Amino acid sequence: MVRVRARFAKLGKVRWTSHRDVARMWERALRRAGLPVAYSGGFSPHPLLSFGLALPTGCESTAEYVDVVLDPERSRTGGETWWTADPGEEPGSWVTRMAAGFPEHLTPLLPGGVDVVAARSVTADMPSLQQAVTSCTWRIDVPGDPAPVVVAVETALAAGSLLVSRERKGRTEVDDLRPSLLAMRVVPDAAGERATLTVETATRPRGVRPAEIASVLGVSFGTACRTHQWIERDGSQEEPVVTRPALGAELLGCAS
Amino acid sequence: MTSLWPQIEPLLAQVVKPARYIGGELGAQRPMHGAGRVSWLLVYPDTYEIGLPNQGLQILYEILNERGDAAAERAYAPWTDMEAQMRAAKVPLFSLESHLPAGEFHVVAFNLSAELTYTNVLNLIDLAGVPVRVADRSSDHPLVVAGGHCAFNPEPLADFVDAFVLGDGEEVVGEINEVVAAWQAAGTGDRSQLLRALSRVPGVYVPWCYEVAYDEGRLVAVTPRFSDTPDRVEKRVVADLGAWPYPRNQLVPLIEVVHDRLNVEVFRGCTRGCRFCQAGMITRPVRERPAEQVADMVRDGLARTGYDEVALTSLSTADFSGIEHTVAQIVDDPRSNGQVSVSLPSLRVDAFTVGLAAEIQKVRRTGLTFAPEGGTWRMRRVINKLIREEDLYSAVEGAFSQGWRRVKLYFLIGLPTETDEDVLGIVEMARTCVDIGRRYQRGVTVTASVGGFVPKPHTPFQWFGQDTAEELRRKVVLLRDAASRVRGLTLRWHDPKASVAEGIVSRGDRRIGAVVEHVWRAGGTFQEWSEHFDLSLWETALAACGLDVDDVVHRDRTEGERLPWDHLSAGLHHDFLWQDWVDALAEAPVEDCRWTPCYDCGACTGIGVEHVVASAAAPAGGSQGTGQDLSTGGAVPVRFLETPPMAVP
Ligand code: B12
Ligand code: SF4
Repeated sequence: MVRVRARFAKLGKVRWTSHRDVARMWERALRRAGLPVAYSGGFSPHPLLSFGLALPTGCESTAEYVDVVLDPERSRTGGETWWTADPGEEPGSWVTRMAAGFPEHLTPLLPGGVDVVAARSVTADMPSLQQAVTSCTWRIDVPGDPAPVVVAVETALAAGSLLVSRERKGRTEVDDLRPSLLAMRVVPDAAGERATLTVETATRPRGVRPAEIASVLGVSFGTACRTHQWIERDGSQEEPVVTRPALGAELLGCAS
Repeated sequence: MTSLWPQIEPLLAQVVKPARYIGGELGAQRPMHGAGRVSWLLVYPDTYEIGLPNQGLQILYEILNERGDAAAERAYAPWTDMEAQMRAAKVPLFSLESHLPAGEFHVVAFNLSAELTYTNVLNLIDLAGVPVRVADRSSDHPLVVAGGHCAFNPEPLADFVDAFVLGDGEEVVGEINEVVAAWQAAGTGDRSQLLRALSRVPGVYVPWCYEVAYDEGRLVAVTPRFSDTPDRVEKRVVADLGAWPYPRNQLVPLIEVVHDRLNVEVFRGCTRGCRFCQAGMITRPVRERPAEQVADMVRDGLARTGYDEVALTSLSTADFSGIEHTVAQIVDDPRSNGQVSVSLPSLRVDAFTVGLAAEIQKVRRTGLTFAPEGGTWRMRRVINKLIREEDLYSAVEGAFSQGWRRVKLYFLIGLPTETDEDVLGIVEMARTCVDIGRRYQRGVTVTASVGGFVPKPHTPFQWFGQDTAEELRRKVVLLRDAASRVRGLTLRWHDPKASVAEGIVSRGDRRIGAVVEHVWRAGGTFQEWSEHFDLSLWETALAACGLDVDDVVHRDRTEGERLPWDHLSAGLHHDFLWQDWVDALAEAPVEDCRWTPCYDCGACTGIGVEHVVASAAAPAGGSQGTGQDLSTGGAVPVRFLETPPMAVP
């Protein structure tokens, strides 16, 4: 079995769909492409796809990921397609070539706003996205006078702890968000009508949703966009799939 | 028309399932609006998840958008949280494609599949900013039309809907479009002229054109008000389903919906003659889609949508000529790589063979559903559901021997002539099914799902006085007690109170319109949903309108009584229906006329359309009386196969 890791964006109206909805969109797109996706066994087999951290419904992103497991045994079964292996082609070469075709060929098969920006093959021994990703960067748009937002960010960064409570399995749990806020920056716009927050959050012990960040800051936000997911390795950060510069997150542009 | 999206989007963060309101499905069109095009808003009066899969509206959506003189968008009922947000923010009902205000469309068209959605219809008209009553509308307001099965007794909605369509909509939507376009071009702005022109289109019923008379609380006459209004409106029938391979671009929603799979309609109509079934009676005759076209639509549809499941839909898909071959073809297609499963809604047991079971289960083994409807052979002769006990048991045996663990059985209670023995027969049948399953595997479950019977217009049971909620509840308790002693049997039942509310509307005359409006004004929307259903709203409304539930719902009608839909025709002769009612009471069955001589019910003869059935003979083993020995239907115990049947290649 081989594995392709694709990076995609979720922008515009489609941001109102859920993480599970996105999973189904991918399943259908891969079937439409006819790709030889591997299936689980059992009474109700399902395609082997795994997604990283769930994106909260309503948030945009330029840095979503999916791992797709494919079956090299079937690399020549679909007739002549963009992904068909050449006779005698090694699985390694096949999967690299196929991954390169993901952005061009899968984007039109996905709903508008779900755009594949890059893909590469990853080896079977690479940790899953869930295990590998250690932090995320968010860009959060806060409409209104930026001055109080600037103050709120300073106060939050200076605080020793930032307690939030949430309902979980019928019980109220209190968590400290401060350790998960790795960095936070606020940029007021020139007209003084809005502020843009850039926040880096850790994924462990748990992920932090933009709504929680807004609530500890005491602000209400317009839109939020996940711009990066990071894997920490040997003290430096890298992205699970690096985008080609022309399709970089900055140019794709979230609404925020 | 300008998009309301900027006003809608801020509301979405406040509601559950916001993607219900965004559109953007695969297959969604970008209709062109503008001069020379009549704009249609097609509305299903229930939530997005329930309404999107409706094939009727999807078909009309495509047919209209293919025309140069029309443009069609869609809307569904916003859930209560969204409605509250919309009303607070003064956002009207909107379309999903372009997020345009509903009130600016020329035609707002509803599908009516279930009576309990009627209060939603009123709510949606109101949410569109349109007066709910026909009488209060001006030429600036959209034309409100409705079609679908419930349109065969439109009287409860007669005060709120400008025009109803009886029967198949494929051809008539274009004709309506032309009438509306011509009226717009004439520029008189006189709405009554539009209504009168519509009333002359075959299959279109305009209630405003008819006067209704009552005497001593009984409907006595429905008379045309104008010389060019027909006395009687006949339903429309598409003679050749093969000429209409729609939907070509079935919508693929972004969120999960109830029938989340490819649907291919394999035939329309049904002549099994089950006497309780309105759908079967009003959609006659049978028109099969050519098997080749079915195969094409399945293949193209799967490739286009990316679904891994296809439903072959009709009222009784196992009757489709060559069904086993069709299923095998789909499952064994190399392109589907063994991952495509087929579902057949409502299997009939008499044609359910082990071979079909083997084909269906190749990919995914979901539950199997059979609908014997009646618990005893006597009861099934009354309702003309001629399933012999031995047929059900051998079908169930086929299923369990092929590895199924769950079987679901559908029954009705509250049927004409029903005795407690008939009711308890349901548990007996289910118990035998559990016993059969145990021979093959441990841990089998049989679910018996029991609904309260609501008599429907244009059926032989239209004269029958429906059981009261108390009587239905008494029967449910009988069943519950008996079922609790059977391990492996789960009993589920439909709320008897909901059957009463459905009964109020089902055979109601125009006076029920005020009741529907009353319930809506009291906040009674989403009455199909148990969390919102409230019978007391209906009772209060009936009382306020001076009507009596016993008279409206529980009273037997007499042969000579004028029924509220007598001026509307589904093709069936009054005499045929009455004779069938008399036969029912005499426990006399009738065979399926697809394979036996015509009874002259009227469906074919009156309209000049014939059955379109590829197979000239009834399926092997017989079907619905044809080619079967019915003298032994109740014979138990059944003959069990000595060894598990072999899988049919
Ligand atoms: C898919 C399906 C569902 C789905 C999707 C919803 C839907 N109704 O489409 C789900 C699972 C949600 C569902 C639920 C229910 N369903 Co259902 N469902 C079906 C099924 C299998 C197919 C419907 C379909 O797509 N038909 C095919 C299309 C082509 O036909 P059509 O919709 O009638 O449309 C044609 C014409 O009527 C007309 N037309 C329709 N609308 C309009 C509108 C205009 C303006 C015009 C001009 C013409 C027009 O033109 C169309 C093309 O010719 C039918 C069985 C069947 N084969 O018809 C049952 C059926 C419609 N359902 C039925 C019932 C009872 C229900 C429920 C009440 C069950 C329950 N107790 O919960 C609920 C009600 C849901 C709700 N709130 O509306 C009954 C209706 C009984 C009756 N009155 O005759 C049917 C006939 C099944 C049966 N044999 O009992 N259902
Ligand atoms: S007219 Fe005759 S053949 Fe046609 S549906 Fe009626 S009984 Fe059957």
